[in-house]
Order: sequence, then C-alpha cells, then structure tokens
Amino acid sequence: MNDRKIRVLIAKPGLDGHDRGAKVVAHALRDAGMEVIYTGLHQTVPSIVNQAIQEDVDVIGLSIMSGAHIPICRKLMELVREKGIEDKLILVGGVIPSKDIEVLKEMGVDGVFPGGAPFDEIVDFIKKNVKK
Amino acid sequence: MGVATYIKDEKDAIKKVILESGIEVKPVYTPEDLELIGFDYHKDLGDPGEFPFTRSLHPLGYRSRNWTTRQYTGFGTPEETNKRFKLMISHGQTGLNVAFDLPTQMGLDSDNPLAEGEVGRVGMAVDSLQDFEIAFKDIQLNRIGTGLTINAVASVMLAMYQTVAEKFGYKKEEISATPQNDILKEMVGRGAWIYPVEPSVRLIGDTIEYSMKELPRCNPVSVCGYHIRESGCTPAQEIAYAFEIAFAYIDNVVARGYEAEQFVGRFSFNLNIYGNLWETVAKFRAARKLWAKLLRERYNVQNKKALFLRGIFGGGGSGMTKQQPENNIVRGAYYALAAALSGAQTTALCSYDEAYTIPTERAALISLRTFQILMDEIGLRDTVDPLAGSYFIETLTKEMEEKILEEMEKIEKIGGMIPAVSSGYVQREVARQAYEYEKKLQEGKIIKVGVNKYTEGVDMEVELFEYDDSWALQQIERLKELRRSRDNKAVRDSLKALEKAARGTENVMPYLVECCKNYATVGEMADVFREVFGEHVEPSIF
Repeated sequence: MNDRKIRVLIAKPGLDGHDRGAKVVAHALRDAGMEVIYTGLHQTVPSIVNQAIQEDVDVIGLSIMSGAHIPICRKLMELVREKGIEDKLILVGGVIPSKDIEVLKEMGVDGVFPGGAPFDEIVDFIKKNVKK
Repeated sequence: MGVATYIKDEKDAIKKVILESGIEVKPVYTPEDLELIGFDYHKDLGDPGEFPFTRSLHPLGYRSRNWTTRQYTGFGTPEETNKRFKLMISHGQTGLNVAFDLPTQMGLDSDNPLAEGEVGRVGMAVDSLQDFEIAFKDIQLNRIGTGLTINAVASVMLAMYQTVAEKFGYKKEEISATPQNDILKEMVGRGAWIYPVEPSVRLIGDTIEYSMKELPRCNPVSVCGYHIRESGCTPAQEIAYAFEIAFAYIDNVVARGYEAEQFVGRFSFNLNIYGNLWETVAKFRAARKLWAKLLRERYNVQNKKALFLRGIFGGGGSGMTKQQPENNIVRGAYYALAAALSGAQTTALCSYDEAYTIPTERAALISLRTFQILMDEIGLRDTVDPLAGSYFIETLTKEMEEKILEEMEKIEKIGGMIPAVSSGYVQREVARQAYEYEKKLQEGKIIKVGVNKYTEGVDMEVELFEYDDSWALQQIERLKELRRSRDNKAVRDSLKALEKAARGTENVMPYLVECCKNYATVGEMADVFREVFGEHVEPSIF
C-alpha cells in the first residue's frame, strides 16, 4: 500500500499578487495531512509545470484572482499534455464566475473551487480523485 | 470580513463578545468606565481640530467641508478610462483614483509576453505619456486630486503625471497627485512588488524628497494598512503596521538630512472600513490621536497640520461576498456609515459586484450614491464626531490605542518594518490569522449573512463587467506605432541618464520626468531599475 502523503503544489500564476486565498488553502491542506509546496507569486506557467515535475506532486492547485483564469488555464493544460503529466490532478481556485466553471472543465481542469469553497470539499475532492 | 467572535448560550443570548483586535466588549458601559481609564477630555480628545485630533482634523468637520469621494476607477484602454472618469465626475464624484492593469503595476509594457491576457483587465493599461494624455484629456488637473494606485513603479507614474499636467499647461506646483507608493505593504499583501526591499524604499524616499521641493500639493505616499487588513490582520495590527511602515519611509528621508516636519504633512494613509462598526470607529479615532502623538514624540514635529493623519478611509473589499451579491449594497452603506462616523476625509467604496470582477458603471454609481445619501439625506454632516463622550466609544478608543501600541512594540523588537517584512514575520502572522479566520467562518463561529447563515442555495446572477479582448490589441498597436514615431535617440539618452542616477545616490525623479517627456515606456524605465536593483525574492513563510 502506498502510504506516501499526497503532495500538492499551490501556485500563483501570472501577475496577480493577491495570495490570501492561496495561503489559506495551503494551510488547510497541510492540516489535512498533505504535503504542500507554495510557489510564491508571479510564476509563469512553464515554471509551475517544471516545479510540479521536480517536486513530483500529485496535485497542482492554481489560485487566480485577476480574471485571467481562462487564458492561463489554456496555456497550462497545453503544457500539461505536452509534458505528459496528465496524471496530476489540476485544480483552480480564486475569483471564478460560475459561467466559466464549465469552460475550465472542458479544457481539462479537474476541479474548480471559487473563493469561499469549504476546506472539506477541497480535501475530499483531492482524496477521492488523486491519481497516484 | 469578520466582525467579532460571539459566545452564546443555548437560548441565543450573547455571553461574550470578543472583537478582532482581541478586546472584550462589556454588555453595559457607565461613567465608571471612563473613570477607570482616567478619561480626560482635553488630554484624550481635545476639541475638534485641536491636538491630538481624536475627534477630527478640522474644527467643524463635515460642516466646513464634505468628504471627497474617490471611487477606484480604470479599465481597458485610456480612452475607456477617460470616459468613466468623466461619467463619475458628472455624477458628483470629487476626486479620481486610478486603477492600473497588472502589467503596468509590474512595470511591463503591453506587448511583453508576460502581460498576455492581463492588458487592461483590472485597470487601465499605461505604456507611455501618450496614454496619460488620453486618460486625463479635458480633466482639470489643477482642480481635482488624483490617486494613482501603483506602488513598485509609483515614481514613474508620478513623473508621468507631472509631465502630462505640464504638457496640458498646468504648473507642477498646482497639481495634486497621491501615488500609493507603499511597497512594504505590497510585500505583505497584494503582491505587486518588483525590486528588493532596500532600493524599493529608496525610490519612495526619492519621491518624497522630490515632492517636498517640486510638487508641494502632491502626497507622495499613501501608507496602506488597507491591504494588510485585507490579507488577514486585525484592525489594531492594520494601524500598527501602517505606522511602522510610515516610520521606515520617514527614516529614509530623515537620513538624507531633512527634518520630518518638512515633509510628513504630505503623508497620507489608506485604511479599511469593514468589520465591527464600533471597533472601526474606535480604530480611526485612536489612530488620529496616536499618529499626532508619535510624530511629536519621535520626530519632534510641531506644525499642527503636519500632525494630521490624513487619508482615504474606504474600500471594505473583504467584507463583500459572492453569495447574495445585492447584500453588498447594504454592507457598503454600513461601512460608509462607519467611515463617516470616524471622520473620514476622503472615501471610496468597493462595489457590490466586486467579489466577481471590477465594477460595472451601474455598480460604481450605486457606491457613489451611497456616500451622497449619507451626507445629503441622513444628517452625517450635522455635527462633528457625534459619538464623542459615549462611555463605550471612549473606553474602546483607549483600548484600541493600547492594542495598537502593543502591536507596534512587537515590530520594533525585531528592528522595525524593514526587517519584519524582509524576514517574512509579518507575512507569516497575517497568513496564519487569515487561516484562523477562515476556519472560524467555516465552523460558523463568525457569522456572515448569505455565506454561513441565511443561505439561499443558488446564487443570484448579476450583470458583470465584460473584458473586451480588443482593448489589448488596440493598446499594443498604439505602442508599436509609438516606438516607430518617437525620437529613439532621445529615449536612449534619457534612459541612460536615469540608469546613472539609479546606480548612484542622486534622486531619480528629474530623470524619470525627462524619460516621460521623451515617451520612454513604463517597461523601459522599469527595466532600468531591474537592471540596477535586481528583483525581490519572497521570504519563505511555510
């Protein structure tokens, strides 16, 4: 049985610097027994993907507040496919209008958790869907 | 966001109230409480307009002058923003508060690959003086005060504002700009930093020194407890951290051989209005008093006006919810009431749709009307500091004062705000509290209507501001044309002179003005600083 802790990369892509949500979720996942790595601000999509590969994480969680979630996620999913790391669970949180949730899922994002989503919901989703 | 922690019995009676700053509220206050704190009218309050200014900066408060309303505005291209500025002014807004897009805030031109998807999204895109010429067209820059919400490259924007004003025929001595220009708070919350701590603070010192000499009506720095509060600190910490940040900037300029008295009167503050109503009012009253006292004690400032805690008390963004968004109109009205009862000089209010995106025209107008209703209909201009003398408010004001000093002490023990931010101490503290708050909210210990109580299941859809992709294309097209048509030799020369000043200790501001005049771009000027100063590396806080 694989008893390795679930490893999560919490990432802040793009120029937006509002990271209260990212840090709060990082704390919550750590309290739920996961290993959490936080990228810090102003990350490019390629650097996030590289860190995900290097750190061998199971989950990539993006936090986006600026409204640019669609172009950013499109880029991320392209690179995820290119690098063949579709086995990683891709989650997005932040200021995400309801109408965009389906758009993100069609792109291949596994789960979308707009601001205020309960911690339990995020934790349960990860435990149930993690592909390790 | 949070109001207070309530401990109740099984019949819903409140047993205990603990405010966010850690102060316990009693069920009843009497004259005995005032006696207990040794309340002395002249020492603790003074008449309005008199030291220590607890009651008001001005003797007659809003009777002599209504507050300035300054909604945060800007999106898309400078053309779109100019239209919105004029609309807000035509509806009675009395100041401007410019929102810049993220590439501009980060010192990147609109055609930089890192700017993709962000041009004009959360504010106006600005690449060069040309964009300011469009954005401020037909606006009377000698009459209206303008907030420039930008930090890492605030020096560039202040230079550009001076340049555009002079180009329009105004004298630099008559313009009033307030660049936000508070990098330490960006490093704690909001995150729009570029350069390392020390050179960033030096740039702020340069703008303060330059304004003192050349731009007497400008307020070169707006110290923002606001964003630290948004990131999770308590109201007492908000004030404590803002004051410690202000001291860091004052010390930088004092080290250049000036007296604080010469420039500190142009400092302004940007502070938050959401939270428990009483705690908010007490916070502002205590802050005005403490600021005046501390400036006297630490820097021997004597000039009365230089002791004023001036600023914008507004926003309330973290209090707004995505759930049941119309409730935010009501929340905003209460936050604005708190600001008015606190004697806010200038105000702004987050709009009801801001939990989703930047405000529609309708939403921005509702915020403006909220202020107008308070001042013109409800009676907030009638008398100054109406809550003065309340057993409760005066006790709480004194308790807040003590809490603020306690928090300042913690920062001073580690050597002030520069080491506190460089080491990640403040960031860790704030992030931990944000998590504790969120847990309490999810456990129902803190109540948020429509979020964890009185929920309705499905959220109402609201009409939202739509981002238009063509704005980025227009902006990039204009930038390309500019690069072809401007005098590129003059641009290179002025950038080179800027680089030399940045490497030395000369004030960079006159060189930035020269670059702006030659239509150097924001990205080009910011890159000079990147080259000379390097980039900030965040301390690890986990």
